[in-house]
Amino acid sequence: MKIQLKISQKAHNSLLVFAGFFLLSVNAHADESEVPSPHIQTLAASCAACHGSQGNSVGGTSVLAGLDASHFVLQMTAFRNGSRSSTVMHRHAKGLTVEEINDLAVYFAQQKRVTAITPPNKRLAE
Amino acid sequence: MAIDRRDFLKIAASTALVSLPMLSKAATQAKGRIVVVGGGYAGATAAKYLRDWSNGGLDVIVVEPRSQFVSCPLSNLVLGGNKNINDLTFGYDLLKSNHGIQWVADEVVSIDAASRVVKMKQGELAYDRLVIAPGIDFMYEQLPMLQSPQSQEVVPHAWKAGKQTVNLRKQLESMKDGGVFVMSIPKAPYRCPPGPYERVCQVAFYLKNHKPNSKVIVLDANAEIISKKGLFTKVWAEMYAGMIDYRPNSSVVDVDVATKTVKTEFESVQANVLNVIPPQRAGKIAQIVGAANVDKRWCEVDFLTYESKIISNVHIIGDSVSAALPKSAHMATSQARVCANAIVAIMGQQMPDASPVFANTCYSFVSDKMAMHVANVYRYDATKKIMVSAEGGGVSDKPSELEGNYAQAWAKNIWSDVLT
Ligand code: HEC
Repeated sequence: MKIQLKISQKAHNSLLVFAGFFLLSVNAHADESEVPSPHIQTLAASCAACHGSQGNSVGGTSVLAGLDASHFVLQMTAFRNGSRSSTVMHRHAKGLTVEEINDLAVYFAQQKRVTAITPPNKRLAE
Repeated sequence: MAIDRRDFLKIAASTALVSLPMLSKAATQAKGRIVVVGGGYAGATAAKYLRDWSNGGLDVIVVEPRSQFVSCPLSNLVLGGNKNINDLTFGYDLLKSNHGIQWVADEVVSIDAASRVVKMKQGELAYDRLVIAPGIDFMYEQLPMLQSPQSQEVVPHAWKAGKQTVNLRKQLESMKDGGVFVMSIPKAPYRCPPGPYERVCQVAFYLKNHKPNSKVIVLDANAEIISKKGLFTKVWAEMYAGMIDYRPNSSVVDVDVATKTVKTEFESVQANVLNVIPPQRAGKIAQIVGAANVDKRWCEVDFLTYESKIISNVHIIGDSVSAALPKSAHMATSQARVCANAIVAIMGQQMPDASPVFANTCYSFVSDKMAMHVANVYRYDATKKIMVSAEGGGVSDKPSELEGNYAQAWAKNIWSDVLT
């Protein structure tokens, strides 16, 4: 990993825990027929409120679909340890386990990027 | 169905399957018919994900009499003059066509749980599993004078977005400068914990800019502001100084509709514009089918599947659920997905996830542009058998325009997720 992060020793240790992730991601890509566990499927879907279905944001927040998995893990780690300041993501990142963050990274990296839309408005019926 | 829930639990206990990060697609295809009652945030989300996650194996029929979805989130901005109700109004066409969801525009009158049949005003539907997402109902037996549509013309609740929201906005527009807006808040739990306090901000924002001599009186049945207390207190003192008169422990016991006068145990307050938010309970359908077993108000569920604790094969999601969880739109969608995922598992002869985790965020707008959040991750606690708040949850340090932008993005993304 050639990414320079201004982080404490404690945070650095937690990054090392994430090293297991790279193994996992290799596995995930090896078998195309694998689908996410129900646990990760539902957890990832609860991010949709802000990041869109399968991470395809309609705008105003980052698209997570197809996001590089190691970038994802590094951002989530940085939100957790405060090395990346955030308005709200530290609240969501801190509540997850390292394993969940790794699995979410794989899940979002595998999602196809598509153009999501907001449904068209209607005139309120009388 | 070959396997029932007790068998699942046995399998869950005897295998390590739940902890595997990936499952193979070889798992049995879910099949059957799921009827979803209600097309709000919870019901629409459940319908979509039931179809998607079963790869179309489950037939999904939504029973919803309304043809439009009107978002409660952001509807307080209509009162502040910062949104139009049409900005929050949508159709169901894309949801239906993108996911192959069948739709019945009818009202449920009863269910026969033993034979698994939903009876509607016109016709009936058999189901394998029933999902009820009825939102909230108002307890008018406590305020019978507000029950009729005529009295709600005069004293709207505007707590279900739609015509009443527009009515309340019009009343504010035609109020004279120097007038008094009175709003009452019921005892918790009710839909959208920070919502009433956000409404106070939005009304104050409008009055400050257009009718600066006016006042806002808040009669709160609760002992204190129940959500984002420090933040709202500061915003009221700093942005709307001298405008907001907050009175805790003030339950409305009587309303004189004609004179727009509310009575609490202590006092009588007359308004120019009166907004009474009545006490709430699980939506009507939950009451009709007898699923509201907690205080005859809310529905007790199994948090792994959202199946009712008292009626088998009937699942309840959203505001009707009895839980120490905020009754929010994001929460409704999070519960809907756990429920949908569990039903797909059950209908495919598998066990549901034994440790669901999901996120919730509620943004509140304190002006036209500035917002603040309360956000938490919730994890299933296997000992307590409820969802508990995980580490790291909390509220914004202060409201900001940046969070205002994110709150608008939240709305666009959740509408996209729920309705397309
Ligand atoms: C309430 C809205 C909200 C929810 C829910 C949410 N996010 Fe975010 N996300 C944001 C915002 C806003 C940012 C920008 C950082 C900030 O200010 O918090 C962001 C940034 C991110 C980023 C950084 C993207 C980049 O390339 O810089 C990642 C990764 C991310 N979120 C993942 C997630 C995951 C995974 C979940 C679900 C577990 C999630 N988010 C749920 C609002 C949200």
